[in-house]
Order: sequence, then C-alpha cells, then structure tokens
Amino acid sequence: MSASKRIVKELTEVTSNPPAGTKVQLVDESDVHVWEVLLDGPEQSVYAGGHFKLLLTLPKDYPFKPPVLNFQTKIYHPNVSNDDKGSMCLGMLRSDEWKPPNKLMAVINMARNLLIEPNPDDAVETAIADQYKSNRQEFEKTARDWTKKFAGRK
Amino acid sequence: MDSDDEMNSVVSSEDDFMAGPDSEDSMGEGSDLDFEDDEPDIGFDTHEKDVKPAKHAYEVDFKVFGPDEIQSHQDRQIEEVSNILGQPPEASAILLRHTRWNKERLIEQYMDKRDEVLEGAGLGDDVAGSPRIAKVPGFTCDICCEEGPDMETFAMKCEHRFCVDCYKQYLCGKIKEEGEAARIKCPGDGCNRIVDSKSLDLLVTTDLKERYQELLTRTYVDDRENLKWCPAPNCIYAVECPVKKRDLSKIVPTVHCSCKHSFCFGCSLPDHQPAPCALVKKWLKKCEDDSETANWISANTKECPKCHSTIEKNGGCNHMTCRKCRHEFCWMCMGVWSEHGTSWYNCNRFEEKSGSDARDAQAKSRQSLERYLHYYNRYANHEQSAKLDKDIYLKSEKKMTQLQSSSGMSWIEVQFLDSASQALQQCRQTLKWTYAFAYYLARNNLTEIFEDNQKDLEMAVENLSEMFEKPVDQLQSLKREIMDKTTYCTKRRVILLDDTAENLKQGNWEFNVALT
Repeated sequence: MSASKRIVKELTEVTSNPPAGTKVQLVDESDVHVWEVLLDGPEQSVYAGGHFKLLLTLPKDYPFKPPVLNFQTKIYHPNVSNDDKGSMCLGMLRSDEWKPPNKLMAVINMARNLLIEPNPDDAVETAIADQYKSNRQEFEKTARDWTKKFAGRK
Repeated sequence: MDSDDEMNSVVSSEDDFMAGPDSEDSMGEGSDLDFEDDEPDIGFDTHEKDVKPAKHAYEVDFKVFGPDEIQSHQDRQIEEVSNILGQPPEASAILLRHTRWNKERLIEQYMDKRDEVLEGAGLGDDVAGSPRIAKVPGFTCDICCEEGPDMETFAMKCEHRFCVDCYKQYLCGKIKEEGEAARIKCPGDGCNRIVDSKSLDLLVTTDLKERYQELLTRTYVDDRENLKWCPAPNCIYAVECPVKKRDLSKIVPTVHCSCKHSFCFGCSLPDHQPAPCALVKKWLKKCEDDSETANWISANTKECPKCHSTIEKNGGCNHMTCRKCRHEFCWMCMGVWSEHGTSWYNCNRFEEKSGSDARDAQAKSRQSLERYLHYYNRYANHEQSAKLDKDIYLKSEKKMTQLQSSSGMSWIEVQFLDSASQALQQCRQTLKWTYAFAYYLARNNLTEIFEDNQKDLEMAVENLSEMFEKPVDQLQSLKREIMDKTTYCTKRRVILLDDTAENLKQGNWEFNVALT
C-alpha cells in the first residue's frame, strides 16, 4: 500500500484552498514528503507582520506516524523549541495522540491557532511559558521584538 | 538451613497451581498483608497446609508464576467478570484492564453507573455483537484515500470504518513499534474506543498476535501491585508477594525466583537484607555521588587554616606557606608559624591555643568523611568479594570434580563444597548491606548488639572463606570442619537478619535520616 495517493490528495487540497495567511509548496518537486509552509503572523497576535517559514516533514510511514513540524524562522513562543530545530510537538503531533485520518490541513491550522493563543500548560520552553503566564507584557514585547528581528520581510 | 525453606515455598507454589480453580484465590484477589494462610476452603490443595508461616522475621510469603499460569489467571478472572457482568470476554478484559484488575471495584462501579464505566474504558454504548470484515459500496478509506467496490473494510462498534490494509498497518505499528496492547484506540479521529482482542484476532497475523499476548501479559503483571517481574535477564517468571509499598519501612521483602535470582520485591534490586529499601536508595546515591570521591581526596590533604584552600604536603619541612593567601603555618600543629619561635622543624607546641583551635576546626570538617569511608570501605570490600563469587563458584565446581576423581568420593559426598560456596555468597551479600545499614544507624544499645552480630558473622565468613581456599588434597580431611563452618555461617546470618527484621518491624531502630 502506498501513501502517495493520500499525500498528493492532501497537497492538492491545501494548495488549492490554503488556510488563511498560509502558502504551501514542496521544497523539492520530486519529494512529496517535505513541505514548506509559509505562515503570516495572524493579525490579532503578537506575531503580526512576521513571515514564518515552517518545514513539515512526513515520515516514511505517514499517515500512521505523525508529521514533524519545525519552525525555520526563529520565534519566541512557549510551544516552539528555542534551538536550531524550532520543533513544535504537542497535541495531534504527538505520536500517542496522532490518528491516521488526521490531516495536514489540521496541523497547519493548529500551528496557526497556537500563534494566536499559545498553550503554556504544554510547553517546551518552560521559561517562556512562565513569563507568558506571570508577565504577559514582557512576553509580548519580546515576541514582537523577535518577530521584527527574525521574521521581517526580507 | 533456610535455603530449604525457599525450596519448599517454590515447590508448593507450583503444586498450588496444579491444583486448579482454588489457586486463583491467591492471585485473583488483592490479598492483604497477612502472613498466615488461613483460607478456609482449600478443597483439594493439601500442600497448602504444609507451608509453614514465615519462620523468620525477615522472610516473607511469595509465589513464583510462569507465563502459562499468569495467562490462565488472567483468563479465569476475565471469565468470572464476564459471567457476572454479562459482557463478552473481550469487553470484560478491556474493563478489567481499565480498572487495573480491581475486580471488586469494577463490579461495584459497573452496577452503579454502567454507561460511565463503559465509556471510560473506551467501550461506548453497545458492545454486543461481533465485528467483521465487510465490503461497503461507495466507500473511500479516509487514511489511504483509496476506493473501490472490492475493498475490504473494517469498523468496530463505533463505525469508524477504514480499509482492512490501513487498519492492519495501524495495529501493526502500535503493537510492534510502540509496544502497545491493552490501550490501543480506534484509528478514528478523536475516538477513544479500545480495540478489543476479538477485532485484533480478525486483523493481525499470528506472530503479531503472539507479541500482543505477550504485551497483554506484561501489562497484567505491571498493573498489579502484588505482582512483579523477576528482574533477572531473560527471566520469564513473575513473583507474587503481599507486601505493600507502605510496609517497606517495616520489612525488607526478599523473594527468590525459580531462576535462582533473589531480589527485593519492594524495589526490584538484588537482595539487600537487612537494609530497608529507602536506606538502600540513599546509600547507592551517596556512593554514586562524585563528591564522595572528592571527599576522599581531601582526606589525604589538609586545609589552610586561614583561607581553607586544600593543600597536599608533598615533602619538605613543616613550615607551610599557603600558595594562595601566603599564610604561614605549621603542618603539624596547624598553628601560626610566627609563634614557633626558634624551634623550627620540630613542633612541640601542641598545647598552644592557636594550634588546637585550628585542629579542632579541621577535625570537625573531616569527621563525617572518615565515618562514611569506614562504612564504605567495608561495604565495597564485601561487594568486591561478592563479585568474585562467580569465580569462587566455578572454582568450587572444578574442585568438586577433582576431589571426586582423586578421593573416590561420590558426587553427593562432595556437595558440601557447593553448599559452602553458596553460603559464602549469601553471607557476603548480607554483610555488605549491614554496612550501609549501620552507616545510617544512630548510636545506641541496639546498634551495639547489631555490631556484635555483624562482627560474629564477619568472623565466621572469613574463617570459612579461608578454609575454602585450601588446596584440593587437603579438602577431604577438612570436610567435617567446612560443613560445620558452613552451618555456623548460615546460623549467624539468620540470627543477624532475624534480630534486625524484628526490630525493624517493631520500629525500634533509630536512624540518622528519615526513612521515607
């Protein structure tokens, strides 16, 4: 059984009808397993004005295993690891919560929603999560600074 | 000899199993911490009566179970619950696993709020009827996006239907790669229904089924507080013991698996009589800690009385000048050098105040270290000897064959060497842990008695150990003596353990740390 039919179908859906503020394309036309997602910081969020590049990697046994999501643009966010990987790993992206019928469209939407509303209770960056909870102003300032610095239009 | 008792209880547990239905009592119900076997209706199990209640204070009741026995116990409980609840066995199994095999609680809750229990266990409303593979016209699989009138599909009662290939691959991944068994959910988005064994039977290949069963058995043992896997490598047995976690400050539950491995039921570490689990954990952590090594290094050094830099004297005279703070002092009396007058190179000023103050301060900072090292060295020594046990054992085997051929003794007659070697191993293991135990003991009369017992056992062990090293041609004439010494060692060990365990049970020991 090959998953390519499913992946191609998903890709067609996402490219022809992308979620608001996103653009999806293959990094390499010959490999349907690596997607590049360009995500505009949602207007109502502290990331507004930023343009974030995300890498969505589908494992060999996709859709039985969840895709891997990495922020290639640096971002100040409790749910994105602050390292060279920029990984986001929560909710449906976790292997024990992922179900094969889950779609990549939903993954992209989840990532977008997390920019609007972070989930500090399930954070990878606990320090940022603490700040988000206790000192929202400071958090927002840093997040805006980083957005300007790292995610501005080039 | 107490090893006989161990044999006894293991054998009886096997008999217990052969006996049939009755034996389920032991594993079936969470038996409480009662050491007497006073079940009234032991119909056809006559052996049960022969098992004496734990003879010594340090012994606990336990039973060893093989894989088949564990399986049949599971099956029997599932059947029983199935009969009571009127649920099919597959569903009953899921329910039991959901409540961690607490039968009473399950039945009670089920009677109380049936729907809630079913929902919580991932069984949804209707669980009757058997799932089957079907072809559905106009169906598209939501996982692989394939379609076609000939495609075989499968769904459980929740009606989340996928093609059989995808369903199979999903289950395969869960079982093989993630090691899941009892809690595999329906692949449907957001569905919490658990895949039951009947559905699984329908979909997966034989080798996967075996793995699935293995994993189920694993969770069965893991789920129960009174069952534990023997931690020995590749051991297939599980041990049942009624000692609960909260009892661990009162008892050290050593159990002996059929594979010959002795381990603590409380923490699964190798036998650590007489030290309770909490102390063992503290001790191991302490020994592991690098700071103790550093401490040892500082035992060979002194501190500058002024800036407390660590200094090692590598020769020369007693006139020390600290390289760091330039403080000048005498290495012998630790006093200020200027007070020495002209008696250089020869410190006889022990009474001078500056010197004695400096020494007091130094001694205090070194005292706890010395104490630790005292116990650690003895602990490590016995551990080292215990590690050599294997060599000793192999050597003794060789000696036995040599003795057999040189003296014309029969195999049975040279067995005394084997017993001696085993007693040595066991006693050294015990001695080792007495030092960890003693490290945490507060000083009082009980501790004196403990140390006397410890000394007696240690002497007995070293005596036997010495005998044991004698050349083969002398062994035969020493047979009587070796046997006597073996018996004596074992006796000393029993006395020490019995006394320690009894006081532990009564809460008589005073420790210098909290026992939690």
